Amino acid sequence: MAVTGIAGRAPRRTRSLLDLLYRPEVRQVLFQIILIIALAALFWMIVSNTAANLRRQNIASGFGFWNTTAGFDISQTLIQYTNTSTYGRVFWVGLTNTLLVAAIGVVLATMLGFVMGIARLSRNWLIARLATVYIETIRNIPLLLQLFVWYFAVLKSLPPPRQSLELMGGAVLNLRGLYLPEPLPQPGFEAPLAVLVLGILAAIGLAIWAKRRQRLTGAQFHTGLAALVLIVVLPAAIFFLVGAPLEFDYPTLRGFNYAGGIVVLPELLALLLGLVIYTGAFIAEIVRAGIQGVPKGQHEAANAIGLSTGQTLRLVVIPQAMRIIIPPLTSNYLSLIKNSSLAVAIAYPDLVSVFAGTVLNQTGQAVEVILITMLVYLSLSLITSLLMNWFNARMALIER
Amino acid sequence: MAVQRDLATGTPIAAASAPMPPPRSEVGAIGWVRHNLFSSWSNALLTAVALFVIWKLVDGIISWGIVNAVWSGDDGSACRVEGSGACWIFIKAKIGQFIFGRYPEEERWRVNGVFILAGAGLLPLMVPRIPGKTWSAAYTLFIFPVIAFWLLTGSASGPGAGLLDLLGLCLAVAGLAAFALSRSKSARVPPQTLRLVSGFCFLLAYPLLMRWLCSTSGLLNLRPVPTELWGGLLVTLVVASVGITGSFPVGIALALGRRSRMPFVRWASVGFIEFVRGVPLITVLFMASVMLPLFLPAGVSFDKLLRALVGVALFAGAYMAETIRGGLQAIPRGQFEAAQALGLSYAQRMGLIVLPQALKLVIPGIVNSFVGLFKDTSLVLIIGLFDVLGIVQLNLTDAKWFAPSTAMTGYVFAGFVFWVFCFGMSRYSQMIERRLAAGDRR
Repeated sequence: MAVTGIAGRAPRRTRSLLDLLYRPEVRQVLFQIILIIALAALFWMIVSNTAANLRRQNIASGFGFWNTTAGFDISQTLIQYTNTSTYGRVFWVGLTNTLLVAAIGVVLATMLGFVMGIARLSRNWLIARLATVYIETIRNIPLLLQLFVWYFAVLKSLPPPRQSLELMGGAVLNLRGLYLPEPLPQPGFEAPLAVLVLGILAAIGLAIWAKRRQRLTGAQFHTGLAALVLIVVLPAAIFFLVGAPLEFDYPTLRGFNYAGGIVVLPELLALLLGLVIYTGAFIAEIVRAGIQGVPKGQHEAANAIGLSTGQTLRLVVIPQAMRIIIPPLTSNYLSLIKNSSLAVAIAYPDLVSVFAGTVLNQTGQAVEVILITMLVYLSLSLITSLLMNWFNARMALIER
Repeated sequence: MAVQRDLATGTPIAAASAPMPPPRSEVGAIGWVRHNLFSSWSNALLTAVALFVIWKLVDGIISWGIVNAVWSGDDGSACRVEGSGACWIFIKAKIGQFIFGRYPEEERWRVNGVFILAGAGLLPLMVPRIPGKTWSAAYTLFIFPVIAFWLLTGSASGPGAGLLDLLGLCLAVAGLAAFALSRSKSARVPPQTLRLVSGFCFLLAYPLLMRWLCSTSGLLNLRPVPTELWGGLLVTLVVASVGITGSFPVGIALALGRRSRMPFVRWASVGFIEFVRGVPLITVLFMASVMLPLFLPAGVSFDKLLRALVGVALFAGAYMAETIRGGLQAIPRGQFEAAQALGLSYAQRMGLIVLPQALKLVIPGIVNSFVGLFKDTSLVLIIGLFDVLGIVQLNLTDAKWFAPSTAMTGYVFAGFVFWVFCFGMSRYSQMIERRLAAGDRR
């Protein structure tokens, strides 16, 4: 800075260095350099310490363990797995189990959340109060505690297989899990299946055509009714015409346990119950806020132009409410995916349980295993956000 | 006065023109029931369903929790009787463990003392009508933590204590020197910088000197209690309160960093926030418990509780940062510019103008983070610490108390504890929000 002397005083050269320090640009650069050096030093310290510690404890590093035989069994495997499979295979088993819980959980929690959110706004006082009690109770109790309740207090106190609870449609519930009848397609099942697929495609095409026609001419078309015929009535008719080629494998008691059917492990059941009921309460609050966020004038305007209650909801209120709902809904989906890692507490074989738990304990390679696990959750979060952002962009208000 | 009558018909005019009272079925309790419960057939059906659900729930709760519950007995045998409900004697017998964990029985007065001291600080802070907020805040933030630390851990005179004392003394001297320099006119560095430096030195020196005073006074030589013995509500409250107070400055720093004009600071903040928010808390806790020992030089080891505290505070800080960023984004640019025009420094702009407004805007979000953090404290049981839930879970394995209803009883107790704190926090924040919004009310 060029400081010239005033009234004959000498220029204050001695302060120029300090003055330089008070210039914002200089400070910014200095501050960033300090931060970079500090972070680099921290990183270097961590790496060198870890390397030294691992050498001292004789723990191998690198990803050589990926192809080593695991040697333990997993209670639920969606892909081929035996105890002679590799640790890499264990990773994929854990990942698919996590994805299974996440996918079912997201769908069911959304359904429960929307029902409860709308129930909380119900004109029926009792229903609204019941929904409020559900939301305020569930939201304020830790998920881990709820998982324990479902697993240890409810499902583990179910009767043993010989005194199982018989449910509707041949399903059975006991200490060992939920047994569902398994559908077995017989020869000839392809015909109704093909009709169903064609029907769905035709219904989509019909909807596009009807929308375009309505935009051009204003004439309406009963898309819903046509879709019902195409997707439900027609395939069902064909199905019975070719002689109902579908049989069910019902679970039956053989000796001390049930055999046949699809088995849902109590761990999976408890995890799903906990996740869905917990996340559902949060989604319900979001849905309520979204619906209340639509101005009252929108309802009134829709009434004034003669739309029915259903049309008002479907065409006016919900599309606008969705804009408010989607961003927080996304973060709830993300937290459901992350919360599925609590499976480790009730021994459901998810990624954290079998990979960051058993594999880590057997190999001792904490750094590699935890890093891989974190990367998986990071990419799952990223993919979900990308999908939901795309959906959000489609639903967003189109402005000039 | 005579009643006015219509000339043609002779009916009293006043009676005809006065509004008729509404029908009995439209007002009062009957009207309310008709409008809210039986306005249509579908509504009446819903009411019936709701009544059925409520009846089932209330009946179940009363018969399990009161009528069939076991209220007296010395061990689980009373609860093993067929058809018995909640095993409340289990809670009664174990309540000491649920609150203090394995903290030695004759030392539990120390924990109670900490609870009372915390209440003495928080109550005047939280009740708006009690005056002296500055002093209570100073006590709660600076004096209470040191006393609580000393009371809970006992006299901490381990190796390196002498070095800490020396460091505290040096910091205090440096702080005094900086303060003295800021008063003299000949100093080349601006006085506010010096005052900031001296305040910083005092802040660091204070806990060290307090520790020294406590340990050398010898008046109250407490027995050390290692953190492995802590448990129950004590651990839950310690983790939650340290996490809450720790996550706040971390969150503010990260939020300001994310909005900084310095690219590297911004990238570092964004990277940290998005990484932590993308992974589950369990993996962060695993990292704190399994990987942190690997990161440190050989021989240096952290307390397990401290490791969990660091993990929880950093995790909650990343979420707090996003909440606070929302508030910062809502403050109009004019506020920054006006503060700049007044010649305020960055710290003054943020501390006096921007943050007070931004934080007020996001109180609901901040309390949501706090409630989330409080619930997340239950996860420390996975890395082997015993919070309320952990200690309940541990006691369920006690063979003496084995009974079908013990598990549910324990979980109901733990759930109630969590619910009271979380529900209380959210209700309190709603009250504060209403108070702070008084200026915006029309």
